[in-house]
Amino acid sequence: MSDTIISAKNLDFYYGEAHALKNICLDIPEHNITALIGPSGCGKSTFLRTINRMNDLIEGTRVTGSLSYRGEEIYAPDRDVTKLRKSIGMVFQKPNPFPMSIYDNVAYGPRTHGIRAKARLDDIVEQSLRDAAIWDEVKDRLKKNALGLSGGQQQRLCIARALAIKPDVLLMDESTSALDPISTSKIEDLAMELKKDYTIVIVTHNMQQAVRISDKTAFFLLGELIEFGDTEKMFSQPTDKRTEDYITGRFG
Amino acid sequence: MRTKFDQQLDTLGQELIKMGSLCEEVISLAASALIRRDDALAAKIAPLAHEIDEKERQIEAMCLRLLLQQQPVAGDLRQISAALKMVTDMERIGDQAEDIAEILPLLNGRTLPEHIRIREMAKATIKMVTDSVDAYVRQDTAIAEAVISSDDIVDDYFKDIKSSLIFLIAQNPTEGEYALDLLMVAKYFERIGDHAANIAGWVLFSVTGEKDAQPPTG
Repeated sequence: MSDTIISAKNLDFYYGEAHALKNICLDIPEHNITALIGPSGCGKSTFLRTINRMNDLIEGTRVTGSLSYRGEEIYAPDRDVTKLRKSIGMVFQKPNPFPMSIYDNVAYGPRTHGIRAKARLDDIVEQSLRDAAIWDEVKDRLKKNALGLSGGQQQRLCIARALAIKPDVLLMDESTSALDPISTSKIEDLAMELKKDYTIVIVTHNMQQAVRISDKTAFFLLGELIEFGDTEKMFSQPTDKRTEDYITGRFG
Repeated sequence: MRTKFDQQLDTLGQELIKMGSLCEEVISLAASALIRRDDALAAKIAPLAHEIDEKERQIEAMCLRLLLQQQPVAGDLRQISAALKMVTDMERIGDQAEDIAEILPLLNGRTLPEHIRIREMAKATIKMVTDSVDAYVRQDTAIAEAVISSDDIVDDYFKDIKSSLIFLIAQNPTEGEYALDLLMVAKYFERIGDHAANIAGWVLFSVTGEKDAQPPTG
């Protein structure tokens, strides 16, 4: 049994008056892939974004209850959010490389964190691109603009960029939904490879993807966590009727 | 939502029920042919067994198509995978009824001695098959569990018949071939009971998701 790395206890989240997360209690285990599933508007992406406080960017949001990362409150008043986001990286639905070279995309984070030495940056860039399973495809054109890459390559570049700052946790918000099956499968393989070193939390609308790659699945509905457990169990013998109805496509 | 898939699952269920009914019919025929010593009845068994084979292929194809198209999960996945396993057991029931039918003419029209309890065994086996199909139709775990436990009754009949036949041979060694033929018939009924218990086990799995109550295989 893996240790808990992120723990929510009675977590509530509000967008103004809208109660988006209701009393969420959920322990995310380290070195696992945890999938968050549920119909649109169920709160799964909101929950994902509370983990590295991406919701801070939205005005009028409010959090109550506890959400901790390695035992420390994520929403503590003295929390250094930049440092938090260095530990908890994120990959979004659409690939969003910066309009600069492949190399500079990956070096961007480390440079921001003060790494200047060329040799050191070279190492980080190569290692991150290798870890993101895209090195062989781009090693001969590192100085080319990243926007020239295919969608699947861009998304792996974004993963490399996230890995370059040595995060601890990787959040993936529907990171393959805009990709073709081959790119999707590469990223899924990659996620399963990366979980040796990282903890991964994904939001997905693709049930088969959740089955294929996640160890744990959390099912959200109308802001509540309905069911959380081993993925295999959840997709063969769900406990809650609402889980069964959702994953078998009876609503949602 | 998912109207088409629900229709397909309904059709799958109906086809399984049809196949189950064919199994009930084929084993009843085998038992009647044996008890009434009626070779004309026995001759009807082979075509029915072929119909069962055909049904198996048809249901298998349906299940594979559903797995491919719907990528089912949860209860849907259990229902379809259970169906795939059940048809194998049902098909074996047809085969074994056919095996019985092949032996019957070898008995040369001899009536069955009362004390060899093969009638009772046939009756108990028919009940297992009928109940296993019924358990599926009603998705009833209590009936399924009863089928699994009644497998012991059929096994006991087999042991009893075996002892009677050993005694028969001991008394009259020229009866050896006849006794062995009857023993084969009894063994086929016993195997049919096992298949019915397997079917009941798959009904349990389909309904509950539990697969630890492994039905007997011997």
